[in-house]
Amino acid sequence: MEDMLFYDRLQFAFTITFHYIFPQLTMGLSLIIVYFKWKYLRNNNEKYNNAAKFFMKIFAVNFTMGVVTGIPMEFQFGTNWAKFSELTGGIIGQTLAMEGMFSFFLESSFLALFIFGEKLMGQKLHFLTGFLVFLGSWASGWFILATNAWMQHPVGYEILENGKFVLQNFSSLFSNPWLLPAFLHNQLASVVTSSFVVASIGAFYILRKKQLEYGQLFLKTGVIFGLVSSLLVAFPTGDWNAKNVAKYQPASFAAMEGIFETEEAGAEIVLIGQPNMVEKKLDNKIAVPNILSFLTHQDWNKQIPGMDQFKKEELPDNIPALYYSYHIMVGLGTIFIGVMVLAIFLLWRKKLYTFKPLLWFIMVLVPFPYIANLTGWYTAELGRQPYLVYGLLKTSDGVSPTVSSGNTLFTLLGFVALYMLLGLLFLVLVGKTINEGPKLKKH
Amino acid sequence: MEIFWYIAIAIVLAVFFILDGYDFGTGIIHLFFAKKEKDKEVIAKSAGLFWDSNEVWLVAAGGMLFMAFPTFYASVFSGFYLPLIIVLWLIIFRAIGLEFRSQFNFQMWRDIWDTSFGVSSLLLALFFGIALGNIVRGVNLGGVENGISAYEGHYFFLPLWDSSFSPLSETPGVIDWFTLIIGFISVITLAIHGANWVILKTNSTINLKLKGVIFKLNILLAILTIFSIIVWQTVNPNSLNNFADNPYLLVFPLIYLIGLVGLFFIKKVKKESHGFMLSTLLILGGITSSLASLFPVILPSINNTHESLTIYNTSTSEYGLSVAFIWGIIGFILLFVYMIIQKRLMGGKIDKMDYGH
Repeated sequence: MEDMLFYDRLQFAFTITFHYIFPQLTMGLSLIIVYFKWKYLRNNNEKYNNAAKFFMKIFAVNFTMGVVTGIPMEFQFGTNWAKFSELTGGIIGQTLAMEGMFSFFLESSFLALFIFGEKLMGQKLHFLTGFLVFLGSWASGWFILATNAWMQHPVGYEILENGKFVLQNFSSLFSNPWLLPAFLHNQLASVVTSSFVVASIGAFYILRKKQLEYGQLFLKTGVIFGLVSSLLVAFPTGDWNAKNVAKYQPASFAAMEGIFETEEAGAEIVLIGQPNMVEKKLDNKIAVPNILSFLTHQDWNKQIPGMDQFKKEELPDNIPALYYSYHIMVGLGTIFIGVMVLAIFLLWRKKLYTFKPLLWFIMVLVPFPYIANLTGWYTAELGRQPYLVYGLLKTSDGVSPTVSSGNTLFTLLGFVALYMLLGLLFLVLVGKTINEGPKLKKH
Repeated sequence: MEIFWYIAIAIVLAVFFILDGYDFGTGIIHLFFAKKEKDKEVIAKSAGLFWDSNEVWLVAAGGMLFMAFPTFYASVFSGFYLPLIIVLWLIIFRAIGLEFRSQFNFQMWRDIWDTSFGVSSLLLALFFGIALGNIVRGVNLGGVENGISAYEGHYFFLPLWDSSFSPLSETPGVIDWFTLIIGFISVITLAIHGANWVILKTNSTINLKLKGVIFKLNILLAILTIFSIIVWQTVNPNSLNNFADNPYLLVFPLIYLIGLVGLFFIKKVKKESHGFMLSTLLILGGITSSLASLFPVILPSINNTHESLTIYNTSTSEYGLSVAFIWGIIGFILLFVYMIIQKRLMGGKIDKMDYGH
């Protein structure tokens, strides 16, 4: 039973991690594509149209990857988490079915039209199809976050005698206080990723001295979107989420912040340190006193419950992983703000395109917003443990009763092998597209 | 409400098999009949342009099934664990085959991805047929052996095959001789469907030859169909009771029959879209007849200990189904609008269409 739960969790974690590489780019990138297309409509400069079409090619590859790695996510609810599906399908099935109905159909229909239909439709309609792709991809984020919000902070349900959760109030799924902050935080984080991708492709062109015109356009657009989004990810949306965790999941809050012992007169904020689970303390800690109490409650001396206030079974089951995920996300977010502020300053001083160290730095930084997005999700999901539905349904009670660990390990290994191949091919294809660049070949 | 969602999901699933079915069929045709590079390219393209929007129908069907019949979703998905995951892998191989073949212009690269596309399409068609075979045959719900249940009555687990390889075994596997027959029917049906799609959407040089292929496959299909109905009686003696009790349900087998008979005249059919319509009827009739034969059961139990899963004992609350009915109607209307827009802009032959890359 134990190792079965372990393989089920590992397989879900692996497949969702790989999957979320792709939607996090497409959601943010669709916004930037709409921006380019809008600029083209305004000033009729062919450059913007080519930029929009170039990024739509990258979008399309990512969309394909998102589709083929997304179907396994939906299926796994049933294959590996059958008990969870049986008990909660009446609720989370609503939001997941709506995602298919209202976002995937929209996204896939108009993506095809955007790619093939420019000449047939004229520019205004072409802009509109781009906008609808954006709308579809953000709607998808909305429904997934609504699903997750219900698991983090269940609302509008009733539990029947046989243990099944049934829906009692449909609209509360969308007015869940967990949803809006989480949605905005997640979408802005996805804009951060795509800003970095756009900026780093720009930096790459400038450093390679090819497609200079596009290099500068991409870099400039990337850093402007990047600055705005990385600021908004931290404040107010990041702050808002942290307060929700403190309010609704205080045990997870203590664990992710690394507070082992409750302090009477205000909690410190931990910057660095390694959780020592044997002695229940942080090793090599660097912390600033009272800041966490102030950030959470706007009161320097407000007490925040530490992990000592909770029973072992209420605390997340992997505290170090939760703690590191959270701190990696926050640390990277801070670095992104710093880089983007510097880039905007240089842009204003008209030195951005020639200051090579920063161009290099932006270019090689591209994997890190992905890591920040993923560790953000790890924080949310590890923090929800040991529950699937917070406070109500244990993760160990959600697995499929009939699937043995041998079968799960077999499929896990298969997914690992297949996704390695898939990742490799994806990189080849994206690399080829970037190398060809946005200048369209003459037919 | 259960009946509304049952029909809605059946329609979405049928549309999935009709739309993605031609992609699988195109893959099978590509594997066996496309010889020249130019044909290979255009045939792969006729699937490559559409597969991802077609696959969304599978995602939608899954989501609706999850929402409306969560107990069925949980039972079937965990019970058919291995075949479902293998289907997911095949879907990925199919997709990368289509997306990557034209990326580099050398023969070995193309051969690899053409094979990936063709073989995975063939296996997907086979597996989906086997799945349908499993649903009509039924499973050992509750994992009963010697009168003792291993799981709760609505759960089961099927290995890929049982050593007896027989549907009459107490514990049949996913693949037995009966489900294999249904699998072959599925492969042939989708191959016909794919051939019609290629004729409809491309100017490939094998279009004329494909009509002959359709004719020959159709003879095989007619024989297998009759054979399968006969053996179905041994596997499940009550299989035709629903039709006897409610004769109006015979409209579904009739749809299948029209498609089957019509396809014998494929060489005389002038309009290319008519051939495609006929094979669409085959798929539609095949799926709806199978479902109608079981209704309201959706997964028969083959033991006497546990009752079959029906749309009534696996559904969610009435409130959940009703609220979803409202957004479902809105969603279907929107979907219909998208389809009309897409059809108007992307109809016609695809040979000259520029594929972005």
